[in-house]
Amino acid sequence: MWNLSPAELAIVLLSLKVAACCVLVLLLPAIGMAWLLARKQFWGHALVDALVHLPMVLPPVVLGYMLLVLLGRRGWIGRWLYEQFHIQLTFHWWGAVIASAVMAFPLMVRAIRQALMQVNPLLEQAAQTLGASPAKTFLTITLPLAYHGVLTGGILAFSRSLGEFGATITFAGNLEGETRTLPLAIYSLTQSPEGDAAALRLVILSVLVSVAALLVSQWLERRLLRSQR
Amino acid sequence: MLTVDIQIHQPYALTSPLDLHARFELPAGRCLGIMGASGSGKTTLLHSIAGLLMPSAGVIRSGDSLWFDHKQAVQLPPWQRPVGLVFQDGRLFPHMSVEQNLRYGMPADLARIVLPEVVDILAIQPLLKRKPSELSGGEKQRVAIGRALLRQPSVLLMDEPLSGLDDQLKQQVLPYIKQVIATFGLPTLYVSHVGDEVAEVADEVFMLAQGQLRQAK
Repeated sequence: MWNLSPAELAIVLLSLKVAACCVLVLLLPAIGMAWLLARKQFWGHALVDALVHLPMVLPPVVLGYMLLVLLGRRGWIGRWLYEQFHIQLTFHWWGAVIASAVMAFPLMVRAIRQALMQVNPLLEQAAQTLGASPAKTFLTITLPLAYHGVLTGGILAFSRSLGEFGATITFAGNLEGETRTLPLAIYSLTQSPEGDAAALRLVILSVLVSVAALLVSQWLERRLLRSQR
Repeated sequence: MLTVDIQIHQPYALTSPLDLHARFELPAGRCLGIMGASGSGKTTLLHSIAGLLMPSAGVIRSGDSLWFDHKQAVQLPPWQRPVGLVFQDGRLFPHMSVEQNLRYGMPADLARIVLPEVVDILAIQPLLKRKPSELSGGEKQRVAIGRALLRQPSVLLMDEPLSGLDDQLKQQVLPYIKQVIATFGLPTLYVSHVGDEVAEVADEVFMLAQGQLRQAK
């Protein structure tokens, strides 16, 4: 029951790779957007806020379709990417990364934004009187004090990516060894008459990987809080 | 020499509308005390000199360096003004040790005011490895003063540095402040609403009331 086949192991590793890349891809844009929404008032703030949160309320399949229209091989940007650089995101694991990144973006932005809003702006003011430029202030004061939000956002994005199904299957496809992550593999196995036992193994693995991710995040958060005290 | 001649007009200030005119010169080695009730604009004045607020009009100059000139549209940002500002609440960075706080504003090149000297004068050697959360109120203010000094300021601004302390702690910290002013000879602006405190520290005392700065008798 517990002997994973090479194919199953590859599915788990692919899922972890996609989730890790999703977090890395999101890190800078999410921090930037969170800072913008937390600290800046500008015309259209509410609209940008709503757009950032759109993936949380739209059906994932709709987002997958929008990605296909935009980044698919015949899409508005996808066609140009293919013609200029021979980059094709559909049926490629990077497509799965993009799909899960789009889905996870609002979760990460929300977590970081909350943390940024808790940082006392008077400390940033103090840093500036000590000669720190806004960039130095952000990197040495704001971001370290909001680190728990970045960590929480990263774990949320990682977990969301591990569980991402609708947008991935619509945009990146369900290609074995390339875009078939854990949820897609479970779905595929449940469609086959003999796949119940294998599906169950992958379901249990999914739960274990997710629990492990949450435990690691709690451990990291505790360590971080201890080091900041 | 710090030269200040500014007007600050804040019709929507939190406590009450503020209309302030401050004009004074502060030579090196002198400590000017400013007294005034809450809401009279003491903190606003210091923040304007530090660049955290923009005055409505006037000029702020430190030696040959022009920090603010309304007519010429000059407004140096706070990080470009060599100012040591000690806040009421210390504002130490909680994620850094005392030593990291002290070093935060230190320039990388040669410094006139060096860490061992400051640590010695303020008697904060035993605190260097601690985090701000492990310090008492008086210790925090001493570290905040040290941090402001190590910025190598051309002017020291103290915004009610003892206001958060009880009388006993005030008496402990006050001698350190006097010693810092005497040792480093920086032009210092000391702001407080407590007359005795200002009189003890400053060479000259001004009253800030109804938006005007007047020499106290």
